[in-house]
This record gives sequence, structure tokens and C-alpha cells, in this order.
Amino acid sequence: MVDKKKIKVGSPQTGCSSCMPNTFEIPLGPQHPALKEPTHFLLEVEGEIIVNATPRIGYVHRGIEKLAETKTYSANLTLVERVCGICSHIHSISLANAAEGALALEGFEVPMRAQYIRTIVAELERIHSHILWLGVAAHEIGFDTLFMLSWRDRELTMDLLEDISGNRVNYAMNEIGGSRRDMNQSQIDRMLKYMDITIERMERYKDICLNENTIRMRTQEVGILLPQKARELCAVGPTARASGVAIDVRYDDPYSAYGEFRDIFNVVTYDSNDVFSLVVVRIIETIEACIYIKWMLKNIPDGPIFKKAPRKVPEAQILSRTEAPRGELIHYLWSNNTNKPYRLKITTPTLSNINTVSEMMKGDYLADSTITLASIDPCFSCEDRMITVVNNDRRKAKVETWSESQLRKYSNDWHTANKRWKK
Amino acid sequence: MVLQKIITWARVKSPWIIHVNTGGCNGCDIEVVDVLTPRYDVERLGILIQGSPRHADVLMVTGPATQQMKDRLKLLHEQTPDPKFVVAIGACACSGGIFRHSYIPCLGIDTVIPVDVYIPGCPPKPEAIIYGVAQLLAKLQGKDSPVITPKKIALKDIKQSIEEDLAK
Ligand code: SF4
Repeated sequence: MVDKKKIKVGSPQTGCSSCMPNTFEIPLGPQHPALKEPTHFLLEVEGEIIVNATPRIGYVHRGIEKLAETKTYSANLTLVERVCGICSHIHSISLANAAEGALALEGFEVPMRAQYIRTIVAELERIHSHILWLGVAAHEIGFDTLFMLSWRDRELTMDLLEDISGNRVNYAMNEIGGSRRDMNQSQIDRMLKYMDITIERMERYKDICLNENTIRMRTQEVGILLPQKARELCAVGPTARASGVAIDVRYDDPYSAYGEFRDIFNVVTYDSNDVFSLVVVRIIETIEACIYIKWMLKNIPDGPIFKKAPRKVPEAQILSRTEAPRGELIHYLWSNNTNKPYRLKITTPTLSNINTVSEMMKGDYLADSTITLASIDPCFSCEDRMITVVNNDRRKAKVETWSESQLRKYSNDWHTANKRWKK
Repeated sequence: MVLQKIITWARVKSPWIIHVNTGGCNGCDIEVVDVLTPRYDVERLGILIQGSPRHADVLMVTGPATQQMKDRLKLLHEQTPDPKFVVAIGACACSGGIFRHSYIPCLGIDTVIPVDVYIPGCPPKPEAIIYGVAQLLAKLQGKDSPVITPKKIALKDIKQSIEEDLAK
């Protein structure tokens, strides 16, 4: 599908502010009714049409990667869960997989039942995250009834998670070497029942979204991202799949228990390349997730859920990829034969997807900017980096990353000033 | 005197809130939004979420106030009309929580603005948030904060009530 509006305003290369005197700048954020999290977008508009959008991130930088170097592996599982509250479990799976990958060099193996429990919780998390997104997207297009209804149905999944883990948001289910809590038969029965209800409700939402004019009119042909562009900008997860790019780590590179049901696994794609296609992909993925959970509950093996791992992780550099609800999540771990990581690097899906937003917004109406932004399901608490804005003049703002010597100087100064900081 | 009474009555009947995230992990934010949706539904207490700080009475702040958000939080607090109340939600907002020892000074929001009610937990359950807000409303009326006496309920009964809910 070719976007006519886009051709009218010209390609982004020619659209600089100096040669287009008619443009007007509108700041969006960091505190804005449409955003639940602090981030900033500078929208350049020509009349009602957005010509350019520049993201500025960094409001949520908390120094997690540095903090991780001061904690032991099992304390780090708690820490990385707090990278993001919505996709918390997948972060801890990622780190556990990385550490266990290093331990596997010494012949360490995680029991299969633990892998199943991890995967079940991860899929439950995907269900709650996708329904949450459906509600937020409905709220952005002014369809609050759907927002309320979908969040009501999300409570079913939250009940299940609370039932298994005791927590609603940060589940603390993982430990290096297995899972912390087991599931009994009554929990499994309850889960099977609730999954049926969730499937039924999601089928209804699918029906609503495919046929309801309110949704179609606000989302069709809005925020177009062509497959070519999606590949170029390294989009991941549902954002890429909604542009017809079939990538999914769960299928391409199975981890935990995903390898067991690869033959029933579907990579959901849809090819209308707009926000509508994102809605459809996410709803179908939710239904699929319910089906996988039901399969896993029926085939879960017996056995231990935990195997005690040695405290010290042998020296290795491990890259662990997982599929978070928003896309591919990468944890890079450098261990050095102690009980603390030497370096932990986290790359989250929103960081890959944020560039696509600028592309999607170009050529759209200003009123559509919020739904376009919400459509990638941004999670800024995941992705914020340390940057320094050198020039505060908006038109010529120059964003610089810190060089190594600058960082070293900052760290030396900081440690002199904060002598009592404990490592 | 009468006027004051009317104002207090109005304020207690419909406190409007604005939700500010100062860099937390999102866990608290989704619980705050959860409180507004059908299962918990605080609109029955007259609480309404607002987009602009100029319309709000209560600032609901989550997150540890990162370096970048500190000044913005101060600005938002200044923009809110008097009298304003601040609720700190989550361990982060109360004290910095798990991020306290990071090199970014995340020490909780009370290092930036005055706080009326603290709701600890990582994240606090929606029930805890409602309880915190109820305490704030009691404070507005000049009453003592309500005391909740814990009651023992058999797990069986809870499950039954949920099943009944579902059957409806
Ligand atoms: S208190 Fe816990 S759940 Fe809430 S924002 Fe902070 S880390 Fe996240």
C-alpha cells in the first residue's frame, strides 16, 4: 500500500527546517496526557501534517547496568525485573539464560519442569501485556469502552499470575538453576479454565476490531511502515510482524521450552502495514499465547523444579536473546569467575523500535500522532540511555553520547564526592 | 466557616488526580491505571484522572525522581493550584527503593517536593493504593486516618466469590 500523503510532503532528506519556513514545532512530553511515561518528541508540523519527528530519550535513566555490577547474580534477577514492570519476567529469564549458558560450559543443566514453568509465566505475561496495550490504544483513539472492557478481562490473567507467584507485577519466579515456585493440579485446572475464557473474550475483540468502524477509521492507513523500511530501521517484534516481516525469536532461535512446541507455533504477520495491522497482530498473538499455554499445561513433565547452581559463574561472554512482548530483548553478559557479573548490557525492543515511530509519523495528521506513538507499545523505562544535550537551542540541538575519557572523568569525580557509596 | 465547610466537602467528594512518572519501572504506573478500571474503580469515590496539572488537586507520583525528571517534577508541583497534595506510590518514590545505590541520585521524591502520603510496596497492590487515597481524604476532612482491622477469610471463600463473579 503506497501512502499518498507521504509523497505530497516530500522525502525526509529535503525536509530540513531551514528550507521549509512554513513549518512549526510542537513539543510532546515529557509530561503529556497521552504518555504514561516521560519522553519527549519534537514534532515539526506543516499545517496539520507532521513533517518530521525527533525523539529525545533519557528521562528514565537509572544506571541499572552499572548497579548490576555491584550485586550478585540472584540479586540481579530482582534488579533486572525492575527494568520494566510490564515485561519483568522476560528480563529475568534473559539474565538467567545467560548465566546458565555460562554454567553450561561446566555441564550444568536446568530441569525441564522449571523451563516449562518459566515459559508459561512468560506467555501469561505476553497476554497481559497485549491486552494492556489494546486498552491503551483504545484509550488513545477515544474508545474508552474498549479500554475498560479489555482491562477488566486482563484481571483474569493477573489473578492467575498472583495465584502462581503471589505477586501481580514483578513475579520473582526465576532463580539461577530453575524456578522458585511449583504449580499444583488445582492451579493448572484453574489456568486451563481461565485460558478458555480469555480466548473467548479475545475472539470477541477480534470481531469488534475487524468490523467496528470507530477503530477502522482511526487506525487504517495511519502510521504506515513499509516492510522495506521496517527492515532498514531494524524494527523488532509485533512492529516488524505487522509490516509482514516474519521474525520471532521464539521460533527462529527457541529458548526455554519453546523448542518443544515448534511445530504448532505460528509467527503471526499481517500485511496492511499500518496501525490497524498492529492491532490485529497483537490480538491474534494473544489467542496464540493462550493456545501455547494450554499445550504446555497438558504436556508439563514431572520432576524437580530447581537444581542448585554454583555461586561462581565461569568466565564467558554470553549473548542471550529472548522475545519480550514488544520484541527481541538482548542481554549480553560478561562473567569473570566471581559471583557478580563483570559487565551486563541490556538492549530492549523499544530502543530498536523508537526510530520507526519517526518514520511512521511522517505525513500523518497531528491528531494521529498519539496513536502512532502508542502503536509500537513504547516502554521507555526499558530503553533509556545516558545522553547529554549539548546545545539547548531546539533548532540546532546536538545530542552527544559520552566518550570513554569523559565517562572516566565523571566516574572519578563522582567516586571522590561519594566516598561512602558501597560496592 | 460555612464556605470553608463547603469547600472541604467539594474537595473530599471529588479529588482530581494527575499521574506523574518520574522514572520508575512502570510496575506502579500500571497499578495506578488498574485502580481506575472496572475491578477496582475509584471513580466511585469521585476520583478522576486529569491530563493537565492545572486541573488537578492530587499529584500521584511514581518512580525515584531521576536526575532528568527532578526539575520537571518541581515544575509540575508548582503548576498545580493550591492546596495540593502529593501521594508517593511505590518503594521507589518513597525512598529510591532498589535504585537507591545507583550512581544517579535516585533518593525518592521527598528530596524534591513535600509528600503527604507514602504508599510502600514494589509495586503496591491496587487495594493498598485505594487505602492510601482514603487516608488522604480523611486527612482533608481533618479526621484521624481510618484504621483497618485485618479479618481472617478462608481461601475457599475467596475462590468461591471469584467464581461467582465469573459466573455473572
Ligand atoms: S516501586 Fe518497584 S514496581 Fe514501583 S516503579 Fe519502583 S521498581 Fe517499579
